[in-house]
Amino acid sequence: MSGAETRTVVVGASLAGLRGAESLRKSGFAGSLTIVGDEPHPPYDRPPLSKAVLTGEIAADATTLPNLVALDATWRLGVPATRLDRVRRTITLQGGETLAYDRLLVATGASARAWPDADQARLEGVFTLRGRDDAQALRHALTASPGHVLVIGGGFIGCEVAASCRTLDLPVTLVETGATLLARVLGQHLGSVVEAMHKRRGVTIRTGVKVKALEDDGTGRVMRACLGDGTAIPADVVVVALGAVRNTAWLEGSGLSFDEGGLDCDADGYALDTDGQADTHIAAAGDVARFPHPLYPGHPIALEHWGHAVAQGARAGRILAGHAAEPYAEVPAFWSSQNGITIKSVGLTEGADGFVIARGDPKEGRFLAVYGRAGRCVAAVAFDCARWLPAYAERIAAGAPFPPEPGGVDAGTFTILPLAFPEPAHEDEA
Amino acid sequence: MSDDTLFARVKEEAHRSNPYPLFAALRECPVSRQEDGTYVAATHAAIASLLHDPRVSSETLPPADRPKTGNPFKDWLVKPVRDHITDTHRPFIFRDPPDHDTLRAAVMHQFTHQRVQAMRARSHVLVDEILNKLGDARSIDIVDDLAYPLPVTVICELLGVPPEDEEQFHGWATQLATALEPDTHQDDELRAENSRTFDAISEYMQGLIAQKRKAPQDDMLSGLATEGTDGAPRMSDFDLIATAILMLVAGHETTVNLITNGMLTLLRHPEELRRLREDPSRAPRVVEELLRFEPPVQFRTRKALCPITHGGVTIPESAPLVLLLAAGNRDPEVYAEPERFDPDRTDNRHLGFGGSLHYCVGAPLARFEVEAALVALVRRLKNPRLTADPPPYRQGSALRGPKHLRLTIDGIDP
Repeated sequence: MSGAETRTVVVGASLAGLRGAESLRKSGFAGSLTIVGDEPHPPYDRPPLSKAVLTGEIAADATTLPNLVALDATWRLGVPATRLDRVRRTITLQGGETLAYDRLLVATGASARAWPDADQARLEGVFTLRGRDDAQALRHALTASPGHVLVIGGGFIGCEVAASCRTLDLPVTLVETGATLLARVLGQHLGSVVEAMHKRRGVTIRTGVKVKALEDDGTGRVMRACLGDGTAIPADVVVVALGAVRNTAWLEGSGLSFDEGGLDCDADGYALDTDGQADTHIAAAGDVARFPHPLYPGHPIALEHWGHAVAQGARAGRILAGHAAEPYAEVPAFWSSQNGITIKSVGLTEGADGFVIARGDPKEGRFLAVYGRAGRCVAAVAFDCARWLPAYAERIAAGAPFPPEPGGVDAGTFTILPLAFPEPAHEDEA
Repeated sequence: MSDDTLFARVKEEAHRSNPYPLFAALRECPVSRQEDGTYVAATHAAIASLLHDPRVSSETLPPADRPKTGNPFKDWLVKPVRDHITDTHRPFIFRDPPDHDTLRAAVMHQFTHQRVQAMRARSHVLVDEILNKLGDARSIDIVDDLAYPLPVTVICELLGVPPEDEEQFHGWATQLATALEPDTHQDDELRAENSRTFDAISEYMQGLIAQKRKAPQDDMLSGLATEGTDGAPRMSDFDLIATAILMLVAGHETTVNLITNGMLTLLRHPEELRRLREDPSRAPRVVEELLRFEPPVQFRTRKALCPITHGGVTIPESAPLVLLLAAGNRDPEVYAEPERFDPDRTDNRHLGFGGSLHYCVGAPLARFEVEAALVALVRRLKNPRLTADPPPYRQGSALRGPKHLRLTIDGIDP
């Protein structure tokens, strides 16, 4: 069913949505194609937003993604989808208009988790960073010579924002409730390596403490943050970097299975209803899609990775165009640039029970760590030596034994070290 | 099983003009053992995998062993010291991390965008000057008349070598480039000659570095001789000399081959030559396809540090491992119609510059130089014809290219 009569709607003018739409066309889809996006912008690239855009190397509007295939699509930008009716096969847009679909790609992505107190979140000078407009606004605030920047949350976005502030020579404090920065992804051991890196660049770091409240100066402008230990940090720019929630609220009432952790999909990439049945008219891709990954059995995962959005978007386009589903087993991969260091990772560290430094030496800032779980390699993280990663991606895909065999070029210390991931109880704390 | 003499035949001069049928046979096995115990990786997937494998080392040179002089003082006291220095300060193409990374970073720090861009503009001027000098010639040797002079001038200007010294670099670079040929290591006479050349060029570099320290100029050698990167100390003089020599040799022979292979390929595909003449903006596509179709570095040799199993074949520890880049570039698993020269192909992930850690440092420079050369040649040479096809080739099978590429022409347009 990919004749000229077929109507396909892509909800989400995102990286996954764009690559999905391109893949539909490349796979021979000849029907009508409509792409709906809640932002007024055509699809753009997010990785530079927390780095080059903040430091002013490139303008926020220079991030528009290249269009690799002639799409012949109708674009509905600046109007969010608000409802999905699977019986009538329609999507309702804000304003009440409905779009009929025969095939639907859900690529609505995720949003920055807001500061829990809505009044405080609205104060002037308080930012989140997810979209292009967010980056533009934050860049504007950073160029107005703020006295002190506070970043709440020591995940990748928080770390990158803090590093960008130092590049701009702005005083910045980063507050993280966990024991170290990035502890949830890398474990405390490597988290402290990242922390030392930031300290050397002049970032003030407060770990193991929570921001309780943001206070204004009486005119609606943020002035300081009060911490759980009774201290306060003066700040005229506050960046809330507490992770992301998936954009699934519009699916309320659709009968699909979802929550703020994602829309559930089967191994083929089709959306699941609340009975666990696949709806073969609907596929999902990118941050929003939660799916079973063959390399990480146990529970389904939703990945917020750039390469994943591209690969899964392309695959969703193929199945919606009528091609047979092929198993999706791409090894997850992401990168982060901070303080001139590039951290790159393949696989998933979650649930790992130990790691080794397989190459290089953390003291020199250039090393590769391999993470293991139940005797198999599950992830590898490289600090400024990403060239070896493809070899480890092959091993992870093949379920190679952990620890990996020692030796080879620039062999590391090779002692199995504990990861010290934070206790799960901490996860929901801001 | 495939024939285990295939790689030996690749090295025979008889196959120099067209080794590609042998490469196709070698691709039958992703990794194959040859009769001399060398392992050859010939498919794109196997090469890409091994390029990124930390069990694969680039420290492949045998220990230095300078020829004895007959003077006991020199042979028993000086020689071991000098051999040791050579062994511990190899150029970074023959080194592994962490030292490789430190040295390469220092070079990249000097190899700035501004310097490369300046050389891009300069390449066009240099090519035109070289062609202008040929006047109303009715024949041209692409190798001697253009492909050699251009890269040597570019790399010397970039490094900061005075123009009057360029001439002697030509001989040194040609001699030292043989270090990349696998059979060099077995040939005592060639090794001795390389030692002597290395010593001569080292002495020259030492003098030049001293001058740069006294009066630094805006060139790479001055930068490397006077500063480190990001607070790190500058590299040792031994490493500096080795690095300078590496840049000279690597920036030289390979570019010569790419220009020459490029003109030869265009003359064999007159339609593509015409299209490039009419639309010089096609030059980047043409150069990328040349890097796939006729790469100047056909293979590189590595060494297995641990046993490596790939596609059912186990490469034993210490075994020499040849990554046959030129064979991977024509792998039908990766390329549609791999034997066709097609600058318009998409997704051309060629291995012409190698890959991973040792990916060609000078890649941007090579691209600009070759674009400048080819665009000028197709525009200015009137009715170019090959005088011999195939042309005579130089001896090397790793760095493969014609010895001469003589063309008959009806003149040179201004």
